[in-house]
Amino acid sequence: MQAKQYIRERFFPHMWCAGCGHGIVLNSLLRAVDQLGLDKNNVVMVSGIGCSARISGYVDFHSLHTIHGRALAFAAGVKFSKPELKLIVPMGDGDALAIGGNHFIHAARRNMDITAIVMNNRIYGMTGGQFSPLTGVDKNTSTTPFSNIDNSFDTVELATAAGATFVARTTTYHVLEMTALLKKAIEHKGFSVIEILSQCPTQYGRKNKEGDAPAMLDHFREMTAKADSEKIKKNPGLISRGIFVDRSDKPEYCEQYEKIIQKAQKAIKGKQ
Amino acid sequence: MNKNIKFVQGNEACVEGAIYAGIDFFAGYPITPSTEIAELLSRRLPQKGGKFVQMEDEIASVCAILGASLTGHKVMTATSGPGFSLKQEAIGYACMAEIPCVIVNVQRGGPSTGNPTHVGQGDINQARWGTHGDHSIIALTASNHQDVFEMTIEAFNLAETYRTPVILLFDEAVGHMREKLVIPEKNEIPIVNRLRTALKKGVDYHPYLPREDGRLPMSDFGGDHRYNVTGLLHDMWGFPSNDPKVVKGLLHHLNDKISNNIHRITRYKEHYLEDAEYILISYGSSARTAIHIAKNRRARNEKLGVLELQSLWPFPKEMVREKCRNAKAVLVVEMNMGQVLAQVKACIDRPETVFLANRIDGELITPSDVKSILRVIQGRGV
Ligand SMILES: Cc1ncc(C[n+]2csc(CCOP(=O)(O)OP(=O)(O)O)c2C)c(N)n1
Ligand code: SF4
Repeated sequence: MQAKQYIRERFFPHMWCAGCGHGIVLNSLLRAVDQLGLDKNNVVMVSGIGCSARISGYVDFHSLHTIHGRALAFAAGVKFSKPELKLIVPMGDGDALAIGGNHFIHAARRNMDITAIVMNNRIYGMTGGQFSPLTGVDKNTSTTPFSNIDNSFDTVELATAAGATFVARTTTYHVLEMTALLKKAIEHKGFSVIEILSQCPTQYGRKNKEGDAPAMLDHFREMTAKADSEKIKKNPGLISRGIFVDRSDKPEYCEQYEKIIQKAQKAIKGKQ
Repeated sequence: MNKNIKFVQGNEACVEGAIYAGIDFFAGYPITPSTEIAELLSRRLPQKGGKFVQMEDEIASVCAILGASLTGHKVMTATSGPGFSLKQEAIGYACMAEIPCVIVNVQRGGPSTGNPTHVGQGDINQARWGTHGDHSIIALTASNHQDVFEMTIEAFNLAETYRTPVILLFDEAVGHMREKLVIPEKNEIPIVNRLRTALKKGVDYHPYLPREDGRLPMSDFGGDHRYNVTGLLHDMWGFPSNDPKVVKGLLHHLNDKISNNIHRITRYKEHYLEDAEYILISYGSSARTAIHIAKNRRARNEKLGVLELQSLWPFPKEMVREKCRNAKAVLVVEMNMGQVLAQVKACIDRPETVFLANRIDGELITPSDVKSILRVIQGRGV
């Protein structure tokens, strides 16, 4: 793959710290788009605010860098107004599930054909390491000086319960798996969610003594296992990776609305 | 019977205006007293192949219309008080990213949940300064249904011309009252469509490089030109920048494109204004009261007239100063604690001759409310 074909070189160097996992996500994502052979003019990337959200500026698609937490709402407007476009929405864990939590569950419920990527570094990277709804109890952050008592969401469970029709999880260590899952998520017709554990060595890593980026990547390898694998059965404490939901029984929103348009037009014709 | 004559609510006149202007996308969230606009459009839009969506809240609604505007659609959302507060961050985003859109606020009594089913005009300043930072905005209003219809069309036209959010500040009384509306034939009122770039595929398109006249041709998302849109200060490529020159240049552009065109944006009506010694300045439903008084006084040969404002922002300072130059006194009639009063005082030659007749209790301001103040001003006792 020629990465250059998909990036805006003018906008480089990127703003991420050395070792940040968000660059790995960008790499895998571009591979997925390349392998799917998507037309760049057909792809719209919508993001909110955060280190993760900056990803939209670097890609040579139509890109919409919006406000914190609202990317999915903007994306709904783009998609619903022009359903032939492919919508990819990368978000940080805070962006997606704290300030954007309401939009996240409603996007899942509505089932518009949008791919949501939760780049989960378990912290607010951009603002300097405050806890997020995915940080986890007892972790250290800059707003939990006496340890964190805030319970976490499980992104996969939340997305599933809210009605997302494709739900998957992987990590920045598992780059080939990431590309394969991203391809599936993008191809899926309906609202797809893919959670990607991504390292933030600068904030989360440093505050929780997880070492540098390679050490954190190693940790992703150790703390996760494929769903339904022998390893996870033996170690239920591990985080499972893979596809958790992949259903096609729920109609896609824009397609349903086309039927509404037909009904509405039939009703006026009937009156005339 | 002429089928273009209707007997409708103000909110319905707004919907008719939006349809006439070519709306094809609406996102909203129900709130009194604006809800009828969403209800009517949920029926009207799919009938013409347009899109209506009820989002999870007002924030999502305004964000959705901004996304839809970028794909090349004419968009609107409608709300009231608390919902208008929720939309403020995204309104600033639309200012910064220069995304055309229309935001209707059918005003009710505030602050907070306030007086949901009663009239108010307390959001004038919020329409101007509700979102943070130095920015410009256009806000229009109307006092009767024909004008609601026309101002709604104007709102779309101005939004597309200046690439800006335009706020329609109606109020509960106008929104819910019923009266006659005549819908003009097609093409009777000019419709403005956005300027689109003529650049061909493969030629560098600078989404944020203004032409000499300050206008920026757009390119629809999904089209041949791929570019970045951001709420960060940005250069001509739409790429984030904090270069002081770029920052200053962009802020000037965003403000100048409106203020340099104030004479084109200003909308007002004169009622018995010629040779008036006493001038009532009003807008929205309170203007109806003012006009009623002026009509009666003129019948008694009293030189009293009404300057009805239809554009509130940018505030038409020059026009107001000019019209009031020879007045003995000016009385601002509004249903808040003096939001337009402050603007009038600031722009008029003799601010000590400007007075307020207001009502803030959720009831429409009546002729006797205004007359009792007039009596004092005119030196006819208390
Ligand atoms: C309305 C609003 N509130 C707060 C902020 C400040 N802010 C910017 S990014 C961010 C959190 C970023 O964390 P996350 O979404 O997890 O992304 P990351 O930076 O870790 O990739 C916050 C709170 C903002 N920009 N807007
Ligand atoms: S602060 Fe963390 S998330 Fe942000 S760029 Fe640095 S490593 Fe990445």
